[in-house]
Amino acid sequence: MARPLVNVPARARPGEIIEIKALIAHPMETGFRTGPDGALVPRDIIHRFLCTWNGQEIFSADLFPAISANPYLAFTALATQSGTITFRWIDDQGGAQVHSVEITVA
Amino acid sequence: MTAPHPTIPPVASRRTVLALGTGALASLVVRPAAATPEALRAAIAEFTKGATAQPGRVRLDIPLLVENGNAVPLTVRVDSPMTAEDHVRRIAVFNEKNPQPNVAVFHLSPRSGRAQVSTRIRLGDSQIIVAVAELSDGSLWSAQAELIVTLPSCAED
Amino acid sequence: MRLGCRPVPAFIVALILAALVSSPEAADSRRSGFDDMSSGTQAMQRDDTANPGMLFVAEGEALWQAQAGRSERSCASCHGPGERMRGVAAAYPAFDEASAMPVDMQGRIALCRTRHQGADPLPREGKALLALEAYVAHQSRGLPLRPVDDPRLMSARDEGSALWRRRQGQLDLSCAACHDDNAGRKLGASLIPQGHPTGYPVYRLEWQAMGSLQRRLRNCMIGVRAEPYPYGDAAFVALELYLRDRAAGMLVETPAVRP
Repeated sequence: MARPLVNVPARARPGEIIEIKALIAHPMETGFRTGPDGALVPRDIIHRFLCTWNGQEIFSADLFPAISANPYLAFTALATQSGTITFRWIDDQGGAQVHSVEITVA
Repeated sequence: MTAPHPTIPPVASRRTVLALGTGALASLVVRPAAATPEALRAAIAEFTKGATAQPGRVRLDIPLLVENGNAVPLTVRVDSPMTAEDHVRRIAVFNEKNPQPNVAVFHLSPRSGRAQVSTRIRLGDSQIIVAVAELSDGSLWSAQAELIVTLPSCAED
Repeated sequence: MRLGCRPVPAFIVALILAALVSSPEAADSRRSGFDDMSSGTQAMQRDDTANPGMLFVAEGEALWQAQAGRSERSCASCHGPGERMRGVAAAYPAFDEASAMPVDMQGRIALCRTRHQGADPLPREGKALLALEAYVAHQSRGLPLRPVDDPRLMSARDEGSALWRRRQGQLDLSCAACHDDNAGRKLGASLIPQGHPTGYPVYRLEWQAMGSLQRRLRNCMIGVRAEPYPYGDAAFVALELYLRDRAAGMLVETPAVRP
């Protein structure tokens, strides 16, 4: 799909609340704009975002055309165990962008 | 001088035509489709399954004077311990005047630590933004903000 | 003016005022567009994970490493890692000897591709060229813009200065009329910036995309209802030379976010 940029601390203490930020390149075409030929440009957005920690969902979002282009999400998570944090963006075509980072909780 | 709105089309959408019914086609006026206060109320009711949300416990951080409606920073927070017994399940954000009333639905859990989400949204006009939080005990809380959206000068066309 | 019980002599007041006016802090009244933005937009620029321009910088880094053209060389093959480009963009536009004219960053990248990589020059203002420009310019972030000191660039810089002051378009306004004479005041609901090119290419919220200084200048020309120069025109390079000189010493912010 497109290039993501995520910000997750590399380390956290058990029980610490960490901030996670995720940004991805996507035009988030609303479906309400008209192109230069006067026809409506069809909708094409990322409509779902999921974040899992060692496979367990910790945060997800349903996104609508009112979310800005190059969608940005920042949320928090309770650090419990070391492992893999995986991000998944799903667009209207059913395509998915997946990105994972490792975190050490100790 | 006006700049094109990214979310408000200059012609009526198919939805507007169908809503007017066949009899009204002869007097169809071409105007931008927009969410109405009824659509906003209906969207909120769909999220709350008809229940009423009480104002409180939800905080909407959003600039009241918006520099550019294409990317308005928004942070929504809910006062909650986020434990297994007492946490926020979902937070929904709605708008009043964009072509459709939904902005996002965030799904949280005790793994979230805090009920706090930030994003950037598009607003086609000055309007009201509403956030509704659904807690684990089924209770519903809400907050709203009224914003002024300004247009930039010297744009593409 | 009175201090305590006794009036202060007028010449002492004059000395105090003169000292305040001549102090170095009062001398530079230049403001970046960053200073004129709302705090929300400033926060967007400051945070590298929230700044959409950084997506283009990341894309540019990938392109920097990618082999291109008949040569199958990447930018890195000759220039090394991108970090070695630190300071380069702060001193652009530069003089290109082979074509004997000033060239801006996108122009230089296109020339490198055709001359040294045997690759297509990439379309002006296209995503790839913007990404590469953003990546190279980002390496100079935090460095001051260097004043134009190459004598071969002087005539183009002077041409840029003349263009800045030339009235044009149906509204018959010069750049200087707004950005020198009325900076800090409002045009409609927007604050008029001084117009310093410290953060290009910028992520302009109005475009919902990255764009070069040339794209922004075209917006200005459309704003006064003048026919905008085409992308790549020498007049834009001349204007950029003048604007960079006008902003000399101000810090590079690439990738900046602007409304």
